[in-house]
Amino acid sequence: MIREFGFIDVMYLVGAARWTLLLTVTAFAGASVIGLAIAIARILPFAPVRWLAAGYIHIVQGTPLLVWLFLIFFGLPLIGISVNPWLAAAVAFSVYGSAFLGEIWRGALVSIARTQWEAGASLGLSLAEQLRYVIIPQSVRVAIPPTVGFLVQLIKNTSLAAVIGLVELTREGQLTAAGTYKPFAVYITVACIYFLMCFPLTQWSRSLERKLDVAR
Amino acid sequence: MSLVEIREISKSYGSNQVLKNVSLDVAKGEVVAVIGRSGSGKSTLLRCVNGLEEIQAGTIRVDGVQVNDPATDLRKLRQQVGIVFQSFNLFPHLSVCDNITLAPRVVKKQAPEAAREVAADVLRRVGLEGKLDAFPSQLSGGQQQRVAIARSLAMQPKLMLFDEVTSALDPELTGEVLKVLESVAQEGMTMILVTHEMGFARRFGSRVVFMHEGRIHEEGQAAAVLAEPQTPELKTFLSAVLH
Repeated sequence: MIREFGFIDVMYLVGAARWTLLLTVTAFAGASVIGLAIAIARILPFAPVRWLAAGYIHIVQGTPLLVWLFLIFFGLPLIGISVNPWLAAAVAFSVYGSAFLGEIWRGALVSIARTQWEAGASLGLSLAEQLRYVIIPQSVRVAIPPTVGFLVQLIKNTSLAAVIGLVELTREGQLTAAGTYKPFAVYITVACIYFLMCFPLTQWSRSLERKLDVAR
Repeated sequence: MSLVEIREISKSYGSNQVLKNVSLDVAKGEVVAVIGRSGSGKSTLLRCVNGLEEIQAGTIRVDGVQVNDPATDLRKLRQQVGIVFQSFNLFPHLSVCDNITLAPRVVKKQAPEAAREVAADVLRRVGLEGKLDAFPSQLSGGQQQRVAIARSLAMQPKLMLFDEVTSALDPELTGEVLKVLESVAQEGMTMILVTHEMGFARRFGSRVVFMHEGRIHEEGQAAAVLAEPQTPELKTFLSAVLH
């Protein structure tokens, strides 16, 4: 039965956007934790740790996100670990995001002059204290614009989770389009909702950039 | 016993040997000026003393502690040895107060209020009372360098190293930094200065060390060495920097 595309459908789409946001937040949190560890591992003065972290980044960035989703969702059950779409998506996006954030943040960390490390070391700060009090606070300013840029990418890329059956914004759009036979109207609405989620983020990033610059 | 004992140290960057069998003793309370042209190894020598650079041969002892021993806790050593850099190297994201109190709070576990008092005190000693809450970017180069000196003083080091601390400053700003150095010297601090300021070396350096091509070429009492250089290299160098 073909029904009309009405207000109630728009509300369903907006409701499904919650899952897009929730997946983005979860994935971003997971990616941040792993990504920070990777970024720091990449600049430590211990070569084996650096190689491991670099290898991780190469492998993750050299493979499609879609394959990771399939691998975790369809592959893990084969070795006896059952995962629901939600968990599979959260893990896959965390892994995918960690490699990108790891690279972005490593770049921000190495952008801080060597002399800042030396000044910290000369005052008796340990490596961890130099990072925490001197290097990381200064690199945040450098890291924010690309990090928010990546967050916007992440919001849009969560639409890939639709292929393993997670009903987020894009999947809800597919279902609505199939039911109403109004793909154009439905997907325009979907696009608008994505835009409304992404646009404030880029604005926020700009204002943060300005604010952090004034504090300098 | 000397506070600093440098014994036959050598250092190379690849095939380029920058320090060749250098030995130097600095007694407690002594002010030693190290002079020489760029690339003579004087800055490298200074940076070896607090372990910022590794050496390939020889030994360095500061207050009896061997710097180039892997078992030595460099963090402990560096609390005793302050260094001030040519380019100030203040932490731009921190206020003057936080720049000065960071290490006392984090490394020496001083309470924030006590650390702030120490900061106010050392700032007074460098003539910058009232700048506690300024940010480095709001200060002139000379003021920034004085904050850097204050930051070192706040750790109450036994030895202070100065690496061409006036070289990045306009001539009219070097005076205020030299005045601070004088007062630190008068308080009895042991100091090793790499410097181009011959006037300062003459007045306050109890000893001048002239480095040339990675070796100590000539050394002695400041006034004597500068007035009557023995080697042609030092003569050439002095006539170049004095005119």
